[in-house]
Parts: sequence; structure tokens; C-alpha cells
Amino acid sequence: MSNPLADMEKPDLIFCIGTNMTECHPVAATRIKRALKRGAQMVVADPRRIPLAEMAELYLPIRVGSDVALLLGMAHVIARERLVDREFIDARTKDGEAFLEHVQQFTPEWAAGITGLPPADIERAALLYGRADKAAIYYTLGITEHICGVDNVQSLCNLALLTGNLGREGTGINPMRGQNNIQGAGDCGAVPANYPGFQPVHDPANGDKFAKLYGREMDGEKGITKVTALNRCGEGIHAMLIDGENTVVSDPDRHHCEHALRALDHLVVIDIFRTETAEFADVVLPATAWGETDGVCTNTERRVQRLRAAVTPPGEAKPDWWIVSQIAQRMSIAGFEFESAKDVFNELCGLSPIYAGLDWDRIEHGEYNWPVPHKDHPGTPVLHEGEFKNGRGLFRVISYRDPAEVVDDEFPVWLTTGRRLQAYHTRTQTGRAAGIDYLLSEESLEIHPDDLADWGIPDGGWASLRSRRGAIKIRARASNMSPRGTVFCSFSFSDVPVNILTGSGYDPVTETAELKVCPVNISPFEE
Amino acid sequence: MIAEVKPTATATLTLDGVEVSFTEGETIYEVAERAGREVPTLCYDARLEAFGGCRLCVVEVDGMRAPVASCTTPATAGMVVKTTTDAIEKHRRTLLELVASENRENEVDELRGHASQELKSLLDRYEVRGGRFAGRQSGTSNSTDDNPFILRDYDLCISCYRCVRVCAEQEGDHAITMMNRGFEKQITTEFNGILKDSACTFCGQCVQTCPTGALGDRKAMRAESLPGEVEKTRTVCPYCGVGCSVDLLTKEDRLVGVQPAMDGPANEGALCIKGQFAFDFVQHEDRLKMPLVRDEDGELHETDWETALDRAADGFKKAAGEHGRHAVYGVASGRAPHEAAYTMQKFIRAGFGTHQIDNCSRA
Ligand code: SF4
Ligand code: SF4
Ligand code: FES
Repeated sequence: MSNPLADMEKPDLIFCIGTNMTECHPVAATRIKRALKRGAQMVVADPRRIPLAEMAELYLPIRVGSDVALLLGMAHVIARERLVDREFIDARTKDGEAFLEHVQQFTPEWAAGITGLPPADIERAALLYGRADKAAIYYTLGITEHICGVDNVQSLCNLALLTGNLGREGTGINPMRGQNNIQGAGDCGAVPANYPGFQPVHDPANGDKFAKLYGREMDGEKGITKVTALNRCGEGIHAMLIDGENTVVSDPDRHHCEHALRALDHLVVIDIFRTETAEFADVVLPATAWGETDGVCTNTERRVQRLRAAVTPPGEAKPDWWIVSQIAQRMSIAGFEFESAKDVFNELCGLSPIYAGLDWDRIEHGEYNWPVPHKDHPGTPVLHEGEFKNGRGLFRVISYRDPAEVVDDEFPVWLTTGRRLQAYHTRTQTGRAAGIDYLLSEESLEIHPDDLADWGIPDGGWASLRSRRGAIKIRARASNMSPRGTVFCSFSFSDVPVNILTGSGYDPVTETAELKVCPVNISPFEE
Repeated sequence: MIAEVKPTATATLTLDGVEVSFTEGETIYEVAERAGREVPTLCYDARLEAFGGCRLCVVEVDGMRAPVASCTTPATAGMVVKTTTDAIEKHRRTLLELVASENRENEVDELRGHASQELKSLLDRYEVRGGRFAGRQSGTSNSTDDNPFILRDYDLCISCYRCVRVCAEQEGDHAITMMNRGFEKQITTEFNGILKDSACTFCGQCVQTCPTGALGDRKAMRAESLPGEVEKTRTVCPYCGVGCSVDLLTKEDRLVGVQPAMDGPANEGALCIKGQFAFDFVQHEDRLKMPLVRDEDGELHETDWETALDRAADGFKKAAGEHGRHAVYGVASGRAPHEAAYTMQKFIRAGFGTHQIDNCSRA
């Protein structure tokens, strides 16, 4: 997030797109509810009539995967109505003219044709966002899990740059992270393009720095992403170390994924449960869990916080860092003589510019949002105040692209996937918490009541759901959250392996899978 | 959420004979609390709009005929306030006696909730032992609500409205309402039903603000009979990226519950159902306890760390030896702490000089 969570109570206009926040980030959503009570207005764009939609001034039920079209149409109106922040554009951005010229062609009428929204609503959304003094954008995987995920994010940035809604209280571009430390995994350099602290691997200066620190020559070229790695198992990739991820259930295209793991010579899985993925491993190493492990995590607002152990781990379970270090030592890799989580974290702080002002003891109370470039720095709750990190904010000229697969006669319905309030991810954790079944005991497919009737499926009956990659059996449930022609389910239940169906395409830049869009065919289930 | 700019003192008042400064907009209670006075309260929760219902926080103000509720009365310049006179202390004791006598029990286990000991500690402080008004009790338990999370034991309700207000003001859900008036008054859900059928999301905020334990954390209460003291450890929720601060409740190495941290920077006392109630995967019987290696029979078998780590290391050495250093790939977790992700990327970079490392955010 460019702005802190506390800022969510401060905007005049809240624009939520592709985020089912009341279910996926409930405590953040309480701040939005308070902002609304205080008089803020909200625009919600989402294919499903999610709870946030009910609270919105304007709800835009966009067709799945059409976000870029909506955002271009909005930019067109903002430009036409002269709601652009000239001063901000001149002083702080680059390529604004090219963008303004580019959007001239994208009228609300054009965007309406793609998004399925009335042009007047697109116009109104633009006016609400463009006229607000403080407008903030919030989004989650509904924006990123598309083949055009990067385009979506950059389109949102374009809107914020156009109206100067960055670098001030109550504004910004705010992705809500779905996992407790997904931000931290990036901070720590567990990505193919960056060393810890987002230091690019292609910069030779960084290569030299880490060559010295780690005692060996470093590739100047970035690594491949996990998606590519899974595609190359058995051909280029022959061994994998997977820490705490149930790849087989969480990744798209399950058959492909299982096939990939089987093609490896050597798979080591570190986890707290014997997951579906662990079943493919040669070695499974038991890790300590949350509540048993001292450590650090970074939340969605870049706040660096301590995790503390409260109970003894079961059996022989050990912290992940200890396990990885032990493997490294056995391979004679230098620099793994860590004795505590504190040692590891302090080493990270020493080589990451965004953590340079932090250490284990300083983050005791969690008051720092990175970057914290030196010891006297108070942290950075609001990014881009006064200046962008790389000088100027870049406008990107982006055009709309269709999803990897679009509906046709054979697969006429859009399937979109997500999470539910009571279940988390692949339920390795919530599925084992007592009582959760009382509220959510099985997965079901949410279908508009009229579609359900048309397709001849009884409410609560079994349906067969097919995509180009496979078929599953799932219980059908009437829901007014789903618009006609679009159905929804979560990926949390392993007995309803939705990831057999998904995986039609990947964003060319991030290789994030298009989990939010998958054309399907639905019929009553026949034994 | 960290203290915003410190308010600049603009005026002063006299508090128990001492001059203290305050900022416009502060209530007498807030000024008194800042000055270290222990004014008793029951319907007060710093996060909620002041309510003025219990009258326990009354103070004397010169020039005012009757004592005023300090939690709702704004501080004004020149005010002369007394927080503990004999008359006021007597009034407070009487109020507490009334409350104590109406409730079935005044001592509940601390596992019921974060604020559950508030009434009891006030009774101790004022040496009230119930009985004086003993007789009719207000409120009845909703024993039909068999949800596994929230106990609704309305025999202990004192109608402080904190649950109703936290649900409306903090959570924004309006799942709880007040039914009837006066003595028959009772906290309930819309239409007097069970929580599951209401707008309730089981965030647990009502439980954690209840000052008597009328609302209780059923999951934590399962551990009431376990031996040992309740200990608290501050940490962060393991689920989504909001990063809510929580206190883990343990009893002799058993994780028995979770309470929100009222001063948690990301959540300020709020949690959702996952952070509040989904903690018991930790000591679940399905946990992996021993390293496993795949043997010739094709099955995974338990083994010791030495054997497992050697197998793990040998496999990576062999793969890199046969197929080159780019053949080894690491996938770090978005759920494990920094130290896991950091060592994972270091293993790949320092071990092979490559950047064959990613995390699960792409799934
Ligand atoms: S249930 Fe608890 S919080 Fe709610 S009104 Fe009664 S005593 Fe107060
Ligand atoms: S309590 Fe809920 S909102 Fe807070 S971090 Fe946990 S899952 Fe997220
Ligand atoms: S605390 Fe002030 S009236 Fe209850």
C-alpha cells in the first residue's frame, strides 16, 4: 500500500476494484465502513455484487477481465472534464501528454461495450473520483490475477497520477496483500528479479555487493518465475525446495502441476502438515508453526512486526530458517551459521537499504513502515510524499486486451474464483480449526437464480463444471451476488479442486495466473 | 494510527486540587485518565463514542448541582473537578452493589474475554460482595444459540451497550440490538434469533469488550478446567496481510485462545473470525512431527534429522552436478516469517549464484 491502513478512514472518495474486502481483509474493511459513516463516498467495481457493493454510492458490475476498459473510459472523462491535476502532472510525472492523447479515443460508450456497464455510470465514476479532493484506490487479486494484471495496476496508477492522488494522506494506490507475509517474502528477496530490499539483480553494482556478501559470483540475469519453473520441471529444473506452500492445490491447472512435480529428480518440502504437495516429495521436513516461531513479518502497509513463539513445537519440528541453514551447511555453502531468528533478521537489515534503520530490537513494538533508510528515520507510512523514488511518476500508454480465453458456444459462462470469510487458502489451517465447519462446511458454486432455473439445476443440487482443462462436480447454490452468466467459487476445498479448471493464461510480465477468469460450461451432474 | 501530532495544550482545569492542561474536545474522563486518576468505568471503551450509561464515572464539578458523568462531559477551562469525594465513592459503591446483586455470578474465568474481569475488579476495589439487592435477576441466557464461538450468558449482562456499540461503531455490522426497555431490557440479535442467522460475522469484538463475561469466547472457555495460569504472548495474526496484533493465550504450553491487542497498530482491538477463532491448527494432531524420507518402497517414512537433511542436501548437490547450477529452484512461503524467506533466497543465491527463487504470491 502506498498509504497506511489508518488512512483508510480519511479519503473523500474510496474506489474499490477487484477486492472483496469485507471477506478477505475484514479488519481493513471496518475502516472503510467508518469512513463511509463519516461521509466519504465509495465506488465499487466488481463482477459480483459483493457486500461492499451494498455500501457503495455507485456499484459497477463489470464483466470479468474488463478492468482496463473501465479505467481507460474513466481517464477519458477525467481528461475531457478537465479534472486533471495539471500542477501535479507537470511537477512530478512523465509522459502525461502521450497518455492524455491516448485516452481521447476511449469514450465511456466504447468502454461500455466491453465492460457491459451503462456509459452514464462510467461517467459518474470518473466524476466522483476526479472531483474528490482525496481519492484512494484499493484493490486485491481481482486486479492482479489476470493475464493483464500489470496493465490493470498501471491503469490504476495512471488514474492516480492524472488526478494527483498520490503522496498525500487519504489517497494512494493500495493493494491489500492476501497472506500475512507475502510482502515480507518480497522484502527478503525471495523473487527472481531482486536481491533483498528490492535491489534489482540486473544492476552490476548490486551483483558486486552480493558477490562480496555471499562469497561467490552472481548471475547478472534474473531467474525464472515459479510458473516457468513448473513448466520446465524435468527440462532444466530438476530439484526444488518448497517452503510452506501447497502448490498442488493453490496453483492453477492441477494436473499440469502434479505432472511437473513428478518430473523432478529431487523435491524437498518444508511444511507444518503433510499436504497434498508433500505427497510428491522425496524429503519432507517438519517446520514450527505460527505461535511456535520467533520471527518478523511485514503487513500490507509495509509495517514490520514481530512474531513471537508462545508454545513448544510438536515432536522434532524446527524453524524454517534452521532447516534451510542445515541443508546449506551440509552443502558447504558459507554464511549459514545462524543461531537465532534475530541473527537472520539483523543480517537482512544490514544489506537491505529499506531496512537499514531497523534491527530486531527496534521493531519490538512494530511502529515502523519501511523504507527506514537509517537509524534516525521515523519510517515511511505514506510513500511518494514530495518525490517518487525514481524521480517522476510514469504514465503508461495501455490498451485493452481480451482475457486469455473468452466465452463461446461451448464454454458460455464466466467462472471467477476467490476466497471466503471463513476459509483461508487451501484450508490446511482453517480446515483444522474447531468450529469453522459450523459456518462453512463445503464449497458451492454461486449461480444467479435465473441461470440456475434456465440450466435445470435445483438449488443445492449437483452440477458438473467443465473448462478446457478438466471437469469437477460441485454443489450449486442460488446467489444474487452472481450476475447472470458469471459464477463464483473459492479454491479452498481440496474435494472441489477448482484449479483443475483454471490456468488459461498468465500475465506476460509477472506470470501471475489468470485465476479470475475462466470460461466454463455448466450442466446438471449426471452419475 | 501511531499517535498523531501531539495536541498542544490550550487550557487548564483543576483536577483534585492540581492544575492540568487539556486540549479542546477532551472529556473530563480523558483528562483524568491522562493525569493518572483511576476513575472507575463500566460502559466506557476508549474506542467507542462515550455513552454515559453506567454512571460509575461520575465526578463533582464546582458550580454544578449534581455530579456529572466524566466520560461524556467535555472539559472546559477553569473547571474545578473532584474525582473521589466520600459522596461519590458511596454512590459508586451503591451502584456496584446493585449491579452485583442482579447478576448470577460476578466472578468469571478470564478466558471469557479481554474485558471480562472489569466488573469483578471494580467489585474487589470497592469491596462489594453482592447480596444487598439479591432477588430478581435481569436477562436470561440464550441457550439455544449453539454456535461454537460466542457464549451468550445474559444472566450476567449489565446493559452497558458496549457490545452493541462495538458492533455498530467499530465493526459496522449492526448484528446486535437491544430488546425491551428498563428491567426487561436484553441484548439480542436482530429478531431475537441465533447469531448465525444475523449479520454477525463472528469477529468476536463484542466478546472482547464485554465487562462481565456475559458474552464469552467459547473456544477459549474449553480450557477453563485446564491447570495453570493464563499467559499472554503478543504476536501478529497468521492469516491475511492486514497484520492484526493479537495476544496468544496459553496455559502450560497449550495454546488455548486469542485476544485482540487493543493497542495493535494495524487493528486497534479489532479482529475477524480467522484471527479470533482459527488458531487451533497449531497444536493439531495432524501436525508433522518427524522428518520423512521416501524409501525404496516408494513411501514416505519417518526418520531422524541427520538422515533427512543429508538426503535433502545430497539431492540438491546431485541435481546441480548433473544438470548445472540453474537446475535447482526454491519456492519461499508468503506465510512463513522473514527469516524463512531470507534464508531460502540466500540458499539459492549463495549456493548456486543464480536467482532461481520465487514465492507463492504468483498463485
Ligand atoms: S452483553 Fe456484555 S457488553 Fe453487551 S450490554 Fe451486556 S454486559 Fe454490556
Ligand atoms: S484478524 Fe482477520 S483481518 Fe486481521 S490479519 Fe487476521 S485474517 Fe486479516
Ligand atoms: S463510564 Fe461513564 S457513564 Fe459509564
